[in-house]
Amino acid sequence: MQNPYLPYPVRIDEITTETEDKNLKTFRLVFINPGDEEKFSYKSGQFAELSLAGKGEIPIGIASSPTEKGYVTFTVNKVGLVTSCLHSMKAGDIMGLRGPLGNSYPWDILEGKNIVIIGGGFAFTTLRSSIVYMLDPAHRSKFKDIHVIYGARSPGMLLYRDELSAWEARDDINMHITVDGTEDPNWKYNVGFVPTITEQKAPPGNADTYAIICGPPIMIKFTQPVLDKLGYCHDNIIMSLEMRMKCGIGICGRCNIGKEFVCKDGPVFTLARLNEMPKEY
Amino acid sequence: MKVIKINKENWAGGLEKSKGSYRLFGPVKNNELHEFKQLDKEELPDCDYFNTRLSPKSIIYPQSETMFEFSLDENREDHHILKEIDTDYSPRAIIGIRPCDAAAFLLVKRNFSTPEYKDSYWLNAYETTTFIGLACGNPHDTCFCTTTGCGPFNEEGLDLLLVDAGDCYFAKTITSKGENFLRAAGWDAGTDVETVCEQIKTMKQEAEAKITSFVATDKLKDKKTTDLFDAPFWEETAFACINCGACTYACPTCWCFDIQDEVSGYSGIRIRNWDSCMYPLFTLHGSGHNPRSTNMQRVRQRFMHKLKYYPDRYGEGILCVGCGRCIRLCSVNIDIRRVCDLMNSYEVQVTSD
Amino acid sequence: MSERGAKIREISERLLKEGKIDMVIGFRKGTLPMMNEPCLVKSPEDVKNLVWDSNCGINLAKYLIGRKEKIGVVAKGCDSRNIVTHLIENKIKRDQLFIIGVPCEGMIDRRKIASMFEKEIKEVAEEKNKIIVRGSGFEKILEKSEVLQKNCAICIHRNPVIYDELAADIVKEQKNVDRYKDVRQIESMPPEEKRDYFNDLLSPCIRCYACRNACPLCYCPTCFVDESRPQWVGKGIDLTDIKTFHFLRAYHCAGRCTDCGACERACPLGIDVRAFTMKLEKDCFELYGWEAGMSKDERPPLDTYRPDDPNDFFK
Repeated sequence: MQNPYLPYPVRIDEITTETEDKNLKTFRLVFINPGDEEKFSYKSGQFAELSLAGKGEIPIGIASSPTEKGYVTFTVNKVGLVTSCLHSMKAGDIMGLRGPLGNSYPWDILEGKNIVIIGGGFAFTTLRSSIVYMLDPAHRSKFKDIHVIYGARSPGMLLYRDELSAWEARDDINMHITVDGTEDPNWKYNVGFVPTITEQKAPPGNADTYAIICGPPIMIKFTQPVLDKLGYCHDNIIMSLEMRMKCGIGICGRCNIGKEFVCKDGPVFTLARLNEMPKEY
Repeated sequence: MKVIKINKENWAGGLEKSKGSYRLFGPVKNNELHEFKQLDKEELPDCDYFNTRLSPKSIIYPQSETMFEFSLDENREDHHILKEIDTDYSPRAIIGIRPCDAAAFLLVKRNFSTPEYKDSYWLNAYETTTFIGLACGNPHDTCFCTTTGCGPFNEEGLDLLLVDAGDCYFAKTITSKGENFLRAAGWDAGTDVETVCEQIKTMKQEAEAKITSFVATDKLKDKKTTDLFDAPFWEETAFACINCGACTYACPTCWCFDIQDEVSGYSGIRIRNWDSCMYPLFTLHGSGHNPRSTNMQRVRQRFMHKLKYYPDRYGEGILCVGCGRCIRLCSVNIDIRRVCDLMNSYEVQVTSD
Repeated sequence: MSERGAKIREISERLLKEGKIDMVIGFRKGTLPMMNEPCLVKSPEDVKNLVWDSNCGINLAKYLIGRKEKIGVVAKGCDSRNIVTHLIENKIKRDQLFIIGVPCEGMIDRRKIASMFEKEIKEVAEEKNKIIVRGSGFEKILEKSEVLQKNCAICIHRNPVIYDELAADIVKEQKNVDRYKDVRQIESMPPEEKRDYFNDLLSPCIRCYACRNACPLCYCPTCFVDESRPQWVGKGIDLTDIKTFHFLRAYHCAGRCTDCGACERACPLGIDVRAFTMKLEKDCFELYGWEAGMSKDERPPLDTYRPDDPNDFFK
């Protein structure tokens, strides 16, 4: 019997500090045992448990795209015991990786549709995975228009800045980057909160347009009425939830909302489904 | 189906013989309380008991269970890599488990063994265990097993059912695992199956008639989850609760756990410990946000899980076998029967304005 | 005892009708023999649910912590002393409370009574100083004084120390009580024996925290056992961790514990957890002449310093 709690051993290949406050770092992990990478076959929107021997595990969304081979990346905010320890580690260190876990964004449904990605703060990781996946030459033709509305407190708090600029330069993706405020005279993108920019830039809702939202609760709270106004039906609004998790496989019992386990039945739910669930998240 | 007669004078000898093939667990009295423990050589289970204070779930699912071990010594090639530990999964038999407690494992199995994931620790322990049940002749006032789909002579979840008939036990085989145990114990005295079954049937009816406590669950599945969740009775229901974990730890059907690493010097283990939805820490996010920060939310979670979420998720009955432990052990007298009635009879008040 | 119940109901109904309070915290009849459930009564119609008998052992001061409403609270001697402690520790304000004092004649030990009978107890009634126990095919009358909770048997403050109205006449306090006999017995053990005693005592503990959660003193937003950074105590059932929890909890209650017995009553395994708190109560009494919760004008000894402190570690 396979032990679903046993992590794959991985080595930290590279660490990138993402934000000016140095609280967000991206870890590129490579599998130590040949064959494990293939077993860790994932879709954008899934997460994994990062496992530090002696500290514990922490569930983190996968930031790399299934189209990027040879490694998996995670962008980690320094909050608790495990993430603080992770932030003190260096390239070459050994850790564990368990997953992939959870459902993903509903790619079978999303094919052939307009995709509007709405992200805020450090919750942009699985959205980055999704963008890289959709922009891959093998997949871009499967999607219609792609819009990205992504905001952070300040320019220095945006994740993946080099990639954002590269996407800005492309003509097959509509980027709407924004910051809450900045004193940088060279800032050439939007200034304003994500809900406001969404109202200005997002295409109107229709049966063929899906919004994927990831961000802090306050952003989600104010973006939802904007999408309602733009005519998005709740089946077409896709959200990824965060919960305290331990096992990641729907067994340990803590991350439920009603009868659903966020770790296993989620973390991705349509707003229509969330509406039928108790408001306990 | 076979029924074997075990004369009580052959009881101790057979059990001792079976210890050659099985590790035996049974109820033993310790400081006024019965508890399940592994039986030493010559040690007998005390089958003259009502039920154990805590459920026997810890035999399959220990309160603290080591999952992995690792070394933090960087001079070792495998440092920081988790290794599975050797666990003894040689055959075990639980002697004298009550039918309600055995049935509970079936409810819990739905959680630990899903189409997608198999919890190897739980499942290995469960599958290598033979459940020798002891029919319950004297249920208590807090027992309500007959209305939870169980019963004092319930056979589901058992491999063998023992019925105490005074100077002998009748052993009704239910599975091949049960037959194997009988063989290992050397018990093979046949009986007139028809007569004995009649006798067992009568005893069963008598035992069932002693159960006077009932819960109604018939309407739960048709209620809307959000209606029950938002029902007004939770504040009053939860008021007395002190949010300790006694009910969840004593319950044979509660399974929640936490995973922790413990390190001593360079060597460490990853263990899992029972956890409880009664504790605020259970759902506390790293950010400080807690979706179940209040006493009321946690009490609601416990009852909604047992009586609504679980039945809805698996399309089967409630997550309760009616053993009554949570009622007997609650220091402030929160009674699941009362809460179940409130939920089952709840109707949303439609206001006209 | 039922006279006390009637008086509690009368006072509660009056206060609720007059709008002097928003709610009453008291007891309602339980679903099991020898059990009552703490309850909240908000309307005069529900006052009828309030009861008083020898099964009101839970300390209702626990339920006051942090509440904002105006509350009528039913308080026996120990509850009232914990209310005083709450007032000192700013957990509730005096003007929020209408204390319905109940002179107490002790609570009965439900586990002790249950262990006296082979068969299940179906019903327990009380009359004056007698406890009548009934089961199928038996009835026995017990002297209440013989089956009191251990803390009640040695209680010397049965009357509320603070109240707004009493539900009965003041009762006679017990005199010449040897409160610390059990503690002295443990104190006299050699270290190894003491260690074995505590190991045995705590070996059944499942860390459900019923003792902590029933205790009116345990209101820390994050208990030290729940702290993760740093993590002071392991989370499993290693006996060292279990002992750490019980010892430290007891120390945290030193000079505050009123020996209400809620911890011991709540323990699902019947562990004598008062063995720890009583030692500290004894020390506080012998070192400082201190009894917790007797006056709201005096702070407990472990959070005060006096120039005439008999110890010299400050000098």
